Amino acid sequence: MTVALPSAPHLPNPNRPITTGSWRTFRPVLDHEKCNLCLLCWVYCADGAMKRSEEAVMVDLEFCKGCGICAKECHKDAIDMVEEG
Amino acid sequence: MRERKFLSGNHAVAYAVKYIQPEVIAAYPITPQSSIVEKISQFVANREVDADFIRVESEHAALSACYGAACAGCRVFTATSSQGLAYMAEMLPYVSGSRFPMVMPVVNRSMAAPWTIWGDQQDAISQRDTGWIQLFVENAQEAFDTCLQAYRLAEDPAVLTPVMVNLDGFVLSHTEELVDLPAPEEVQAFLPPYQAKYAVDFTNPTTFCFGATPEVFAEYKYHQQAAMEAARQKITDLAVEFEQLFGRNHGGLIKEYSCEDADYILVTLGSFTGTARTAAQKLRAMGKKVGVLKVRSFRPFPAHEVARVLANTKAFGVLDRNYSYGNEGALFTEIKASLYDCAVRPPGLNFIGGLGGRDIRLDEFEAMFTKLEQAAGEPGTVKAVNFIGLR
Repeated sequence: MTVALPSAPHLPNPNRPITTGSWRTFRPVLDHEKCNLCLLCWVYCADGAMKRSEEAVMVDLEFCKGCGICAKECHKDAIDMVEEG
Repeated sequence: MRERKFLSGNHAVAYAVKYIQPEVIAAYPITPQSSIVEKISQFVANREVDADFIRVESEHAALSACYGAACAGCRVFTATSSQGLAYMAEMLPYVSGSRFPMVMPVVNRSMAAPWTIWGDQQDAISQRDTGWIQLFVENAQEAFDTCLQAYRLAEDPAVLTPVMVNLDGFVLSHTEELVDLPAPEEVQAFLPPYQAKYAVDFTNPTTFCFGATPEVFAEYKYHQQAAMEAARQKITDLAVEFEQLFGRNHGGLIKEYSCEDADYILVTLGSFTGTARTAAQKLRAMGKKVGVLKVRSFRPFPAHEVARVLANTKAFGVLDRNYSYGNEGALFTEIKASLYDCAVRPPGLNFIGGLGGRDIRLDEFEAMFTKLEQAAGEPGTVKAVNFIGLR
């Protein structure tokens, strides 16, 4: 726990005390060579864990649960699900 | 200007709401509570109470609507009884766990089956561990006064915990007595407008009641217990402050009647305190050293105060208008636990009575004190549980 919690379970946004990254068994690894920035992964990510910018898509590993939807939806096969060590 | 009105316990509560001025009221009718919200809806229609009155389809919806309005930063009000309280059960810990400071009168009524509309305290006692403060009153004046105190208590920054104000069905809800009403400006000084600590604010978005993982859940439960501890002192202080302003003191956590030198004390919860006191008065006149201890706050439970009063008795009795099936009356269990640290523990008897609206007569209270005299000197609690007037 890195943040001080208030006495009631209501938190100002953006809040990050409850992360879900530790639930992950498989980590999405993006091949930037194959990625064409179509953003389908960003659209389909159920957890809002895909971060987009002008240059690249990034995975927010604090929240990614490793469900693999992004890898399944990617038309370029640019995402591999790699088992966590 | 102060005034005096002839009011039922339920209408005393409705008049209290007129002084409290909640912004949102959501309620569903249920006997014997209905006349509280009927009267309030009349006040709202006449614009004597400036609130949105939400007519909902159930008690679960009533408390849920109050929850939502509390999220929006409003002072809210609802009231219920018995099966209605049970129907709210899912939402009760949501409200307390979210630290929304609402006040809900519960007009105590038995739980079916057999089906009944009559009174006992099984409904509230069954919701003991939902994280709500539970206060019990003995007359209409105390119901009125306690509603005012309950909002101050619930909204205190160190407490932020919802309060049930319990009044016995029919005995209080449907009988009338003279009730002293304060001047509105006096109440405004005692109960300032509500400033929500946690409220929807579009410029500073907040996630309400987020899903907690094992890493943080227990901490919130710890905070709730700390708030209950803070409420103890606050309840006592509010009784004193209220007396200074309005001249009435119904007790803080407890209220003693001729307990100082009493050998035999009967512990009560709610409206039967009055009859118990009359019995004690009669026996005192006959030279018997008896007293009555009213428990006003069931949660937080006044263990230290109870121990102080009962430690030196020859025997104590506890009247329960509830039953914790498979054990004994719920108040009896708590009172006994309070005495665990005493060097010498007096024998105690549990009296179960007033279930499902059954009256307890004056002579039955006298008989309870006689049983206490007989129990003095007996080791432990011999046949502790006694059903009064069982047919």
